[in-house]
Amino acid sequence: MALKDLFERDVQELEREGILFTTLEKLVAWGRSNSLWPATFGLACCAIEMMASTDARNDLARFGSEVFRASPRQADVMIVAGRLSKKMAPVMRRVWEQMPDPKWVISMGACASSGGMFNNYAIVQNVDSVVPVDVYVPGCPPRPEAIIDGVMRIQDLVEKKSIRRRESEQYRGLLESYGIQ
Amino acid sequence: MNMNLSNEYVQQRLVEKFGDQVHSFEEPYGMLTFEAPKELNLKVLNFLFDDVHLQYRFLTDLTGVHYPGQAGRELAVVYHLHNLSAKHRIRFKVFTDIQTPDVYTATGLFATANWMERETFDFYGVNFVGHPNLKRILNVEEMDYFPLRKEFPLEDQTRIDKDDAMFGRG
Repeated sequence: MALKDLFERDVQELEREGILFTTLEKLVAWGRSNSLWPATFGLACCAIEMMASTDARNDLARFGSEVFRASPRQADVMIVAGRLSKKMAPVMRRVWEQMPDPKWVISMGACASSGGMFNNYAIVQNVDSVVPVDVYVPGCPPRPEAIIDGVMRIQDLVEKKSIRRRESEQYRGLLESYGIQ
Repeated sequence: MNMNLSNEYVQQRLVEKFGDQVHSFEEPYGMLTFEAPKELNLKVLNFLFDDVHLQYRFLTDLTGVHYPGQAGRELAVVYHLHNLSAKHRIRFKVFTDIQTPDVYTATGLFATANWMERETFDFYGVNFVGHPNLKRILNVEEMDYFPLRKEFPLEDQTRIDKDDAMFGRG
């Protein structure tokens, strides 16, 4: 069958034969959204719920995110699970910087998102002041279902937002506000 | 070796050795607690460590306390000592003024004092004279104050989003 014949046939007829038409960007986004690998970044008790989200009962693997990578270089999404101390902040920033683009961040729980009960001299009051956060998951700690929902919201972002948004003026401005080249 | 240490015996031995210089003996919750001048801290610790019958060879804890109301003795350094074979614990305090918070280091006697004295320095600013590496250990190195001194409020005063009513106060 020549390419010319393909164009002359009905699209739905082709789909029945297993031939799909899409853009490369959409195909990549679809693949990427279904294999979001989180970086292991358990900081406190939230990490226990984060681990529970991968167990047999909750099974984050259904959505392709069960492989928590010990190396940030293999990870797509960082789940900041717990209160971030000021001393740990530069470490987290470095781990985030080591993750290859495109990358996403989930701020998990009250402490990561607002300092929670730790309103004191030692704790960063919002991890958003250290790395740009895509999704906030509320709770103290959030249940595994909430984390899975957070991951699925990241999947939405991955699928629906163009990865080229990172080349936009707005995104560059955001990176600049964090002092990132 | 004495397998049956009692608070009375330890107090008697300390008074025999140091006289009036050890004082303020108390037994909160049954644990012998006493005080000595800060210049004597190593002599007292050495005595408790070396004496054949006392043998307090485990420094369980070392920390500080800030009493802003006590002029001239604002900072306390508290040692918790343990005799493992006799299963007996005692608590020993020295006080220092806050202008020159110099206390001799116990690192020569207890290796574990290294970590705990750094922590006490980090939070209370007690200057342990002779410590091999007295710098901040838990807080960020750029911190320019001692956060557990009472004049520093615990909470971040720049935050306006935390409503007192939600925290059961005010």
